[in-house]
Amino acid sequence: MDIFLNGKARPCASGDTPLSVIHEHHLKPEEVVVEINGKIISRGQFGQTAFKPGDRVEILHFVGGG
Amino acid sequence: MDELVLGNKKLSSRLFTGSGKYGDDALIPEIVKAAECDVVTVALRRVDLDKPSGSVLKYFPRDKILLPNTSGARTADEAVRIALLARAVGCGDWIKIEVINDQKYLLPDSVETLRATEILVKEGFTVLPYVTPDLSVARRLAEAGAAAVMPLGSPIGTGKGLSTLELLKILVSEIKLPIIVDAGLGAPSHAAAAMEIGCAGVLLNTAIALSRDPVAMAEAFKWAVRAGRQAYLAGLCPVSDQASATSPLTGFLR
Repeated sequence: MDIFLNGKARPCASGDTPLSVIHEHHLKPEEVVVEINGKIISRGQFGQTAFKPGDRVEILHFVGGG
Repeated sequence: MDELVLGNKKLSSRLFTGSGKYGDDALIPEIVKAAECDVVTVALRRVDLDKPSGSVLKYFPRDKILLPNTSGARTADEAVRIALLARAVGCGDWIKIEVINDQKYLLPDSVETLRATEILVKEGFTVLPYVTPDLSVARRLAEAGAAAVMPLGSPIGTGKGLSTLELLKILVSEIKLPIIVDAGLGAPSHAAAAMEIGCAGVLLNTAIALSRDPVAMAEAFKWAVRAGRQAYLAGLCPVSDQASATSPLTGFLR
């Protein structure tokens, strides 16, 4: 199935979660925020929230800014 | 002690620094140290999953207050969404509202900024809105519960200084909230001038980041803000069009 991750279509396996994407990209869960279909996912749910086909997933973090 | 109270925090520094435009984010701790600032701004962006780099968070000393901005927002609703996401990272509930539709001058949209302020105050945020120095808007922001008003000195990143000086003076005179000049400052003298007229603080980014020696410039701004604040508290001398001798006008040797 495909999801839209940070604006790009991307295949993912059944059972994949935000936490699996975070680990795959060597990110720190405590430094990112995850939104699925406009709803913020609490950090405790990163590993419990399996993606569904067509989900719009945003993984964001802080960068330098003024 | 001359502290600045914002939200539920007492700040010893009136210099707020941005963390953008540094070629190397590893410079940020040195900038923060040289500026001796309490508050540092950040932006929220998508992680680049093709080329993941760590969050800029790792460069912030833990005792600093993080002030995420809502840059990229074009409407109040987008600003609210960004603010809620930023708070979910877990670094506090301060937010600099920045709603911009104008891409040439990057001037803020006051109507949308006011709407976002009203919503985010109710959500429990400490709200610092970036606006043009407009008295009516500032009054409405104060009524809405903003913690401060952050008018621009000049358009973002221009380094032109206090081109809005007369309007800033009006805000300082009429608005009880802290007035923090945000954007457009280029030189420490601009920051000192803002403080001399009674602004509560200044927020800088480009002036430090694009200087030849950002760490030294951060320190220069620290002194300028302190000097300007002390001058304001000391009270500037009256301005006159006519000269007034400083030496006695009698007893000349002729």
